[in-house]
Amino acid sequence: MTRTARLGVFSALFAVAIGLVVFTAMAFLRTSPPTIDFTQGHKAGQPVDMTVQTVGSIGFGPHPTWVSYLTKTPGGRWVNTTLWDLPAHTRINMTIDEYDSGSPLRNQQIGSIYGVIGNQALLNGKPVSLINSNAGNGVAHTFSVPELGINVPLYGVNGNAKNFCSSAPCTLSEAHNTIQFSFMTPGPGQYPFQCFVPCGLGFLYGNGGPMQTIGYMGGFLKVVD
Amino acid sequence: MADPAGGSHRARSEDARHAWRIFAIWFVLSAVIDPLYYFLAGPHMPPGAETSAASGAQFDLNVVMVTAMPVVIAVVLYLGYAVVVWGAKRSGDREAVGGPKYTRNLRVQMAFIGVTTLIVMGMFVFGTVELIVPAGAGGGEGPNPIWTPTSKTILPIQVIAQQWKFTYRYPTFGGFETDQLMLPDNTTVAFHVTSLDVIHSFWAYQLGVKADANPAEDNVAYTTTQQTGEFTVRCSELCGLWHGSMYDFGHIMTKQGFEQWATSTEQKLAPATKLLPKFAYTYVPDANGADGGYYPDNVDPYSNVETYGASTTQS
Repeated sequence: MTRTARLGVFSALFAVAIGLVVFTAMAFLRTSPPTIDFTQGHKAGQPVDMTVQTVGSIGFGPHPTWVSYLTKTPGGRWVNTTLWDLPAHTRINMTIDEYDSGSPLRNQQIGSIYGVIGNQALLNGKPVSLINSNAGNGVAHTFSVPELGINVPLYGVNGNAKNFCSSAPCTLSEAHNTIQFSFMTPGPGQYPFQCFVPCGLGFLYGNGGPMQTIGYMGGFLKVVD
Repeated sequence: MADPAGGSHRARSEDARHAWRIFAIWFVLSAVIDPLYYFLAGPHMPPGAETSAASGAQFDLNVVMVTAMPVVIAVVLYLGYAVVVWGAKRSGDREAVGGPKYTRNLRVQMAFIGVTTLIVMGMFVFGTVELIVPAGAGGGEGPNPIWTPTSKTILPIQVIAQQWKFTYRYPTFGGFETDQLMLPDNTTVAFHVTSLDVIHSFWAYQLGVKADANPAEDNVAYTTTQQTGEFTVRCSELCGLWHGSMYDFGHIMTKQGFEQWATSTEQKLAPATKLLPKFAYTYVPDANGADGGYYPDNVDPYSNVETYGASTTQS
């Protein structure tokens, strides 16, 4: 092989290697769950109704065993995302269908409900302001927006239930608890929300994996005018 | 006879004239700029004066600035003087005062070593005194502080860090735990900083308080509030996805306002407080506990001086 040919082969292989590195990096950086837009068609002064669900294992995608949130689009489709566009200064009526089993909280302070309208939620239709995670099924997850002072513990389901949901999206015929509450969105901005139950099984202190990944147990309230 | 600086008598007198001129300009500039800085800018320098630790940090910064500015002035002045006076076009081959011929000049060497040693050792002594006298200057001193405040009624507050927020526990007000950090004015506060998971750091910037939050460790930091106001609390140890969002705001209130807030919060959170573990300086995971819950360790309500508010309730 001539020197020119060797140089050509080397240059081609080098270009391919660089291309692979750039492609991998860009694929990683650009991977983001979709944002569900709840501002489309919203009329000022009217509340926004949202429904989400929390599941013990998503059952599909790159991490099928991870716990996750799913969001119901205004069109009624379940999407594995935690990014929501919400109108500013608007009442959000949130319904969370919780399908995961619970446990005692690491910090019982998170068993209190606060930052939402009335500082209480409806658990299967009954008003509650505090959940004792040492009793019953414990707490599975929380819906918490620290910047807005919002914290709502999500009471767990019985892990031995015969109709325990094993993969998402779960349906109302499977074991679940329904938690309903309302809160007001502030002015425009991006407000992170998270789960305070260390539910990343197999990770250090349970706070890795889904707990630190957007689209699973962490997300953003993207409040817009 | 050879001149020790390598020049003639005329050259020496010219050097002395330049040296005195530089010294005079330096002295005047320093005498003007230092007081201007200290009295005009100094009171506005961060982190402010909300607490003793904050005003101590502000004082320390101002002292360092007042010490450093004459040095900066000397360096810049000498550089400027050399460019103007000893430039090749103006002086021909004339060397600058302090040029190569002074490298073996004992008096110049001794003066340089003496002045720099004085500044460095002075800063060392000043820094040490400023760390010891204000009881650790707002820094975390570990579980057994060697520098403690003299106040007889200290308010203990436990700072509990977790991914990704701080909560605050008030052991002398029934041991309630809340997201809100409220402090009374003119009161010495003992922050007992710990973590439930990874390493965080409690940094209340305007209070001049910064202490690492380590799991199963009680890191104590002291300060004394001096004026009412708002302050920011941030985590200053990279701790995961929402580290950047791990901040909140605290308030220094009047004593009366604080006691009203504390007692009403104690009552309001009473049902939740019953579910909390007994107050302890640290909490550790119990391997046999349900799903890794945290349980009290090192139980000891509070020291005999950390009793602010304890006359009404006990944890």
